[in-house]
Amino acid sequence: MYWEPEIETLSPDKLRDLQLERLRATVARVAARVPFYQRKLAEHGIAAADLRTLADVRRLPFTTSSDLRDNYPEGLLCVPRSEVTRLHTSSGTTGKPKALFFSRRDVDQAASLIARCLVMTGCTREDVLQNMMTYGLFTGALVMHYGAEKVGLLVIPAGPGNSERQLLLMQDFRTTVIHATPSYALYFADFLEKRGVDARRDLALRKAFIGAEAHSEETRRKIEAALGVEAYNSYGLSEMNGPGVAFECEHKNGMHLWEDNYLLEIIDPQTGEPLPDGRRGELVLTSLCREAMPLVRYRTRDITAVIPEPCPCGRTHRRLSRITGRSDDMLIVRGVNFYPQQIERVLMSIPELGRNYQIHLSGLDDMTVKVELSPASFDGRVENLVRLEDRVVEKLRAEILIKPKVELTAPGSLPVSEGKARRVFDERVL
Amino acid sequence: MKPVQLLAVFAENKPEQLARVTRELADAGVNIHWVGIADMQKFGVIRFLVDKCDLAYQWLKQHGFTVSRVEVLAAEVEDRPGALHAVASILARKGISLNNVSGFVFNHRAILLLEAADLAAARAALTEHDIHLLSEDEMLGL
Repeated sequence: MYWEPEIETLSPDKLRDLQLERLRATVARVAARVPFYQRKLAEHGIAAADLRTLADVRRLPFTTSSDLRDNYPEGLLCVPRSEVTRLHTSSGTTGKPKALFFSRRDVDQAASLIARCLVMTGCTREDVLQNMMTYGLFTGALVMHYGAEKVGLLVIPAGPGNSERQLLLMQDFRTTVIHATPSYALYFADFLEKRGVDARRDLALRKAFIGAEAHSEETRRKIEAALGVEAYNSYGLSEMNGPGVAFECEHKNGMHLWEDNYLLEIIDPQTGEPLPDGRRGELVLTSLCREAMPLVRYRTRDITAVIPEPCPCGRTHRRLSRITGRSDDMLIVRGVNFYPQQIERVLMSIPELGRNYQIHLSGLDDMTVKVELSPASFDGRVENLVRLEDRVVEKLRAEILIKPKVELTAPGSLPVSEGKARRVFDERVL
Repeated sequence: MKPVQLLAVFAENKPEQLARVTRELADAGVNIHWVGIADMQKFGVIRFLVDKCDLAYQWLKQHGFTVSRVEVLAAEVEDRPGALHAVASILARKGISLNNVSGFVFNHRAILLLEAADLAAARAALTEHDIHLLSEDEMLGL
């Protein structure tokens, strides 16, 4: 099932032609209307007319998240204020926020991309979507909401938290689809378990859209097992409309990035040089359809790779592999670098452990992983807990090559945030 | 004979943990006959011998505690020097290692609580040497 069959299955050649045409138009527009880009393009000695092939995109300057902060609030606006119909800000946790403007057409376009995503996973007008993302300045909930309405689903704007009420809504309105962060989905699964609710028997859930936080395949499997759903990985960032930038189809093997709307590059985050398909690096996106605030070569900081092989679903838009971290999130402990997601993958592969964890860095270079015990695995024997701790330490050491301390904590004892989960606590005195 | 079961509660090493658990047990009307804490620095396991083990287990579970039941052997030995050594030697000769041991004397009756990975083997070895193993009812009736 396709929402926009013609564009979703457009031949790769035609898709590249369309991208080049839209890239030129976008660069011409920002050069004409955004002083920041006027200056940058002049510095790089390049104009829209110089873009002869898609490879010429490399001659364009990058845009970074600090550029967005420096130009806060309106410096990157590309249309008159009267054309703007919506403001979102980034969910970033540090420093000044990033202001992100949408025109009426941007709102509609973002909804269309979500519609493609939902139909791609088999959603129809019969489905009931319980939207458990945060409504407000964060794009996660609202953009999904508009897209789901476009397809004709019944949308329940539940927001996150208040698990009792979530359950009630789910039971009373026979929710079939949820949209949540992986951390809240896992927390909610724990809540159901405590309440003695068997999702397969007592609820009508069939799908979960999981996004806004990088997560591992093991986390997906835990969510699927606990909630009795097919879980689809969703990728987006507020700078590029929010959710719906890339999404998994029914094959759940990488996320189709809507290439008619976004031009993607994978670069070496250190050198900025392009990397070939299949190699992991930082994702760089240029918006091709955004009106109010187009961004050229935006450094997403997200680490992924392009899966170039055609997908059996028939869509020609290339897929991204699971995000394995943000280049910002990379940790360096005792000279070894790794991503928090590597830790998560190890923890989620050990059935005796629960779903919540924290990574604490302290002292000079000490690392402690706190992880909840799974209630079912506690047999009352201290020696088994000690053995489990040793096993976790050993598995982590095999993955990240340094030996962390591991602390088992009681199920439900680590805090769960309603928005993005905070996993890393760096209190080192370096 | 109903074997002796201890109630085991996972507890992080934080203040008030014992107070929290025991408050719940009091609310549930559960009487504690024996308590022991296995402390592993960052966490510990609190173990209780209680009069209503199943009720206490359900109650604590419903109140969010991580809880389990552990079967132990309650061996009665003579209240004299060398009695513990006799039991330990029997188990040692069979190559049975013990995980947790505690003991007390009450009304001139010396009771050992024994935990072993291979509880069945330990039970067989002790029975073979005519060591009396108390049932749960006997334990609670002390």
